[in-house]
Amino acid sequence: MTLSPSSLEPYRRVAPTGTVDFLLRLAEHIQGRRFLHVNSTREGGGVAEILSRLVPMMGELGVKTEWEVMTGDPEFYATTKSIHNALQGADQVLTEAMLEHYLDVNRANAERIKPEADLVLIHDPQPAALIQARRPEDKWVWRCHIDLSGPQRRVWAFIRRFVVRYDAALFSLPAFGQELPIPQYLDYPTIDPLSDKNRQLARKDVWRSVENLGVPSDKPILLQVSRFDRFKDPIGVINAYRMVKRYHDIRLVLAGGGAADDPEANRVLEDVRAAAGRDPDIYLLSLPANAHLQINALQRAATIVIQKSTREGFGLTVTEAMWKGKPVIGGASGGIVVQIIHGVTGYTVTSAEGCAYRIRYLLNNPDLMRRMGEAGREHVRQNFLITRELRDHLTLLAHLTS
Amino acid sequence: MAHPRSFVFIGCVELKEILGRRAQDERELMEALEQIPLGSVYYHTHSVFLRHPRISGAYPNDFANWVATQVRDQPLAERLAVVDPFQFVRLEELRDELVSIIGQHVAAIHTVPRVLFGSPLSFVQSHLIEVSTGFEARTLDDFRRCVADVDQSAIYLHALHSQVMRHVPGGDFARWIGEDLGRPALAETIARMNPYQGGLERMRQETLRLLDGELGREAA
Repeated sequence: MTLSPSSLEPYRRVAPTGTVDFLLRLAEHIQGRRFLHVNSTREGGGVAEILSRLVPMMGELGVKTEWEVMTGDPEFYATTKSIHNALQGADQVLTEAMLEHYLDVNRANAERIKPEADLVLIHDPQPAALIQARRPEDKWVWRCHIDLSGPQRRVWAFIRRFVVRYDAALFSLPAFGQELPIPQYLDYPTIDPLSDKNRQLARKDVWRSVENLGVPSDKPILLQVSRFDRFKDPIGVINAYRMVKRYHDIRLVLAGGGAADDPEANRVLEDVRAAAGRDPDIYLLSLPANAHLQINALQRAATIVIQKSTREGFGLTVTEAMWKGKPVIGGASGGIVVQIIHGVTGYTVTSAEGCAYRIRYLLNNPDLMRRMGEAGREHVRQNFLITRELRDHLTLLAHLTS
Repeated sequence: MAHPRSFVFIGCVELKEILGRRAQDERELMEALEQIPLGSVYYHTHSVFLRHPRISGAYPNDFANWVATQVRDQPLAERLAVVDPFQFVRLEELRDELVSIIGQHVAAIHTVPRVLFGSPLSFVQSHLIEVSTGFEARTLDDFRRCVADVDQSAIYLHALHSQVMRHVPGGDFARWIGEDLGRPALAETIARMNPYQGGLERMRQETLRLLDGELGREAA
């Protein structure tokens, strides 16, 4: 069979040597097989973002790939947000009625979606109970994108009873692996270097875009891009900025928005507004889910990018910033400790004080910032581009369905 | 004279299986090392090159890196860092060496260093799946073109993995160039290449430089 890899061709310029040809050869082994992704949102958040690129690429490689999004009411999303927080270790109250509603919504979605494919990949806990609708001949894999290193026991026990019925589980870090009777594999999330969020931008377009967002270009910019979520510690970032501000005249930009499945974001944003007070050099930007070019411009305009998460499955904004050649200071949590090579591509920190110290050190050493930025871009090229994730998914499909 | 066999470039993908086993201190590291599958020893030592073909931190294997950055025991990290996994013919011997180094270190100190503020080491097992790349060489000139364009996993598989898992001295590249093309001097130079000087991409560039030199001398 002759493939028509027109959309893969541009990746030859950015991926490591030989990658595209290798993907084409790998795909020859699994021509015609069907792959189905199911998650809980079409827009907002890293999972939706990468699926929107990965799905057509797999199709082009000859694997019939579909992407279904489950639907639910506000009560369902409030429940799944609590499940999400509990699995990441936060205390949450989940009543029997909430869990029953979770199951009802999953049952209704199973009826609507009818999940059938050679390999069904279920993303995160929201659709985990869809496994009850599996056909015996299909292979099912649960892809957990969140930090499962210290889950609340009761909530994990509830989700685990579905996970054990899968053929395998995928986690973003070895530390997230659990006691399970099924194989567990490691799969680092990736970014698409050619998407609007990550593609090269002309310098004038960067600054025009940033100024359109109301951020002047006359001072170094510290930037954190993330959902307004307590685990991202935006208030810790403001505290670190204030410790640096005494020594360097800088601006802080906190840019983010909510995902469609995150009802808590507005409450967190209000708290962050209160913490920022009337400081004219702190900019809070609440951006829509499709503000990819603006985020790209902000990351390119930033002097240092911060991702001070206290819990993190895998901080895609860390990868995005490194791809743009920026030194990154990240919270020593979850995947960030793998993404940032401490002292080589940036620093991992455990406190606002540590964050402030590293910001000051970098601002005082511009050559080091440049070297770290270059090393970060190369680290991403080798490990965190979508072509690597595509390779992993094709391998899993070949391995489980052969 | 018979035509030399062609060289078929095979690449690989690595399925990384999480074992669910963790070490919180150096004694647990030693005990785990004695018990984990050899594929896990391989993952944390040899196949680091697959994941970091260009860049690395200060430590070239996961055990040294964990001891240095998470346990923060510099002396043990240094001892583990200088272990070259490619010097061991069998993975069991590498395992024994690592266990011996940690055992000797732990026996000489009063308190076993453990993770206080860092993360435990989570063990992962490597499953390498070989995939044909479609690249094939019959002459040194072909070989040069293939080395320049092939996926770096093929460089890993032929230059490094073959030495450890198939016990090919010097690796597949050196053997083919020496035995099939009859160029023992070039083969010996390629066999001596040091993967620690910049990883796989540097090995690719260095191989290309040597091949260009050989082809250039021939043309002259």
